[in-house]
Amino acid sequence: MKKKTTMTVTDIRRLAEGVFSMKLRYPEGDLPEEVKPGQFAGLYPNDPSKLLPRPISICRWDPDTGELQFVFRVAGAGTASLAAQRPGDSVDMLGILGNGYDLEKLAGKRVLLLGGGIGIPPMVELAAALAGRPGTGVTAVMGYRNSDLFLTQELERYGNLLIATEDGSVGTKGNVLDAVREASVRADAVCACGPMPMLRAVKKFAREQGIPAYISLEERMACGVGACLGCVTKTVKTDSHSHVRNARICTEGPVFDAEEVEI
Amino acid sequence: MREGTCGVKPDMSVNIAGVELKNPVMTASGTFGSGMEYSEFVDLNHLGAVVTKGVANKPWEGNPTPRVAEVYGGMLNAIGLQNPGIDVFIERDLAFLKQFDTKVIVNVCGHTEEEYLEVVERLADETVDMLEINVSCPNVKQGAIQFGQDPKCLTDITAKIKKAARQPVIMKLTPNVTDIAEMARAAEAGGADAISLINTITGMKIDIEKRSFVLANKTGGLSGPAIKPVAVRMVWQAAQAVKIPIIGMGGIASAEDAVEFILAGASAVAVGAMNFHDPCLTQKVVDGMEQYLLRHNIQTVRELTGAVQ
Repeated sequence: MKKKTTMTVTDIRRLAEGVFSMKLRYPEGDLPEEVKPGQFAGLYPNDPSKLLPRPISICRWDPDTGELQFVFRVAGAGTASLAAQRPGDSVDMLGILGNGYDLEKLAGKRVLLLGGGIGIPPMVELAAALAGRPGTGVTAVMGYRNSDLFLTQELERYGNLLIATEDGSVGTKGNVLDAVREASVRADAVCACGPMPMLRAVKKFAREQGIPAYISLEERMACGVGACLGCVTKTVKTDSHSHVRNARICTEGPVFDAEEVEI
Repeated sequence: MREGTCGVKPDMSVNIAGVELKNPVMTASGTFGSGMEYSEFVDLNHLGAVVTKGVANKPWEGNPTPRVAEVYGGMLNAIGLQNPGIDVFIERDLAFLKQFDTKVIVNVCGHTEEEYLEVVERLADETVDMLEINVSCPNVKQGAIQFGQDPKCLTDITAKIKKAARQPVIMKLTPNVTDIAEMARAAEAGGADAISLINTITGMKIDIEKRSFVLANKTGGLSGPAIKPVAVRMVWQAAQAVKIPIIGMGGIASAEDAVEFILAGASAVAVGAMNFHDPCLTQKVVDGMEQYLLRHNIQTVRELTGAVQ
């Protein structure tokens, strides 16, 4: 059940240059039935000139405290206003949105998690969910611009962590796939979130390896619930909802089998 | 009942071209799908009508992305009328809407006269209360808006659609014209049963860091609170020009906004882009309008149409 909820900010902190972590708590007795890794929520800036929710992926979900953690980059005035919130403030949220990763397809496998930049946060919840599954191995390879890292401690808790930086200041110099090749990581499936050039390279890599890749896509969104058809991605086959070769990222996605989308 | 009332529930019903709506609040085409997505948030039984996203004779792919962009007090869209085509629409979307006690208004789009007429004819025997003809989409290259920007073309296509249609016909007008009153008269002359306005205003956004257009289509339709004063003005001008009922829309964000449109001359209103801000907004507008009537001791919402002085 999707709804718009007024959440309470319980924690806000800067993790790296322009990157913020915000925890939002649900009102008592109003928790969502389920939150899956890879799902997202729409956060509304506290600014009446901005009417659209900002789609932000869920980094952690704690059903015991009713708190969602979001880690986002300040990209404009809307996200800046979110970053300026203080504990005790209210933030309106549309959630929980999107399909999330299919954990059944990943259980019992060696799963390679690839995150690039602000695609890293959803990998934390995914790593945590997979680490709890018997026989499931997690190797996380995360790509950053430089040594201004974030969420590394959280990821180390759930599996091996390799790091790639564009400037070579930490780990492998280059991108996440450079680090994967350098360490000869073997995997049965890949889950990835990051910028489009990275996702294209991941799709190619998975094809070469003969393993499935589940990639999380991003697009400018309006409604977030599948009504406006703003955030579509090209699909290989005719989509069963749209009846054209377009799938809604907010609803059929944001996670897609890389072989089913044209990116 | 709240204070300041005489204890009588106000009459919210309106009659548009012989179709009785339980209240004057509709959804604006393209912002509400076919109601399915928003039925998680709003009880569709409480709405005057659901106006569907535009449907054509065949599936349309729409425009490349990015298709949407936020701007101050509103948004731009250039979806390009992506739709699954009339067959799927009838089988899935209309079947879904039949479950609800609300009026169903199907928005019809096309590139050519023949395409419009094909959809209108296909809907003749379906449980559809009214047709809204989109001759005003700014985001589709060939056709569509040309019918809505030339008065002669508009009269002509209205007359042809009226001849083929089994349901009352609403012509949806574009604000991207010099004289909206002339376009309203043109629709009326063609036999339109009602007009709806405004569709979006053509706009543009440029990313100054990338020095590129934000929308793949370069231009898009502006909607949201930013366009409301333009829309209210156009509804008023149209209301001075024609006798047929007007459905007013453009940036409605509250019941107060909706009342403004009614006072300007609209018989009903539609909530559009602000559904994206608050998925429960349609219900809030219905409730708020009822409160307004109670507060002012007005027995029927119909008394308010064009009551600005």
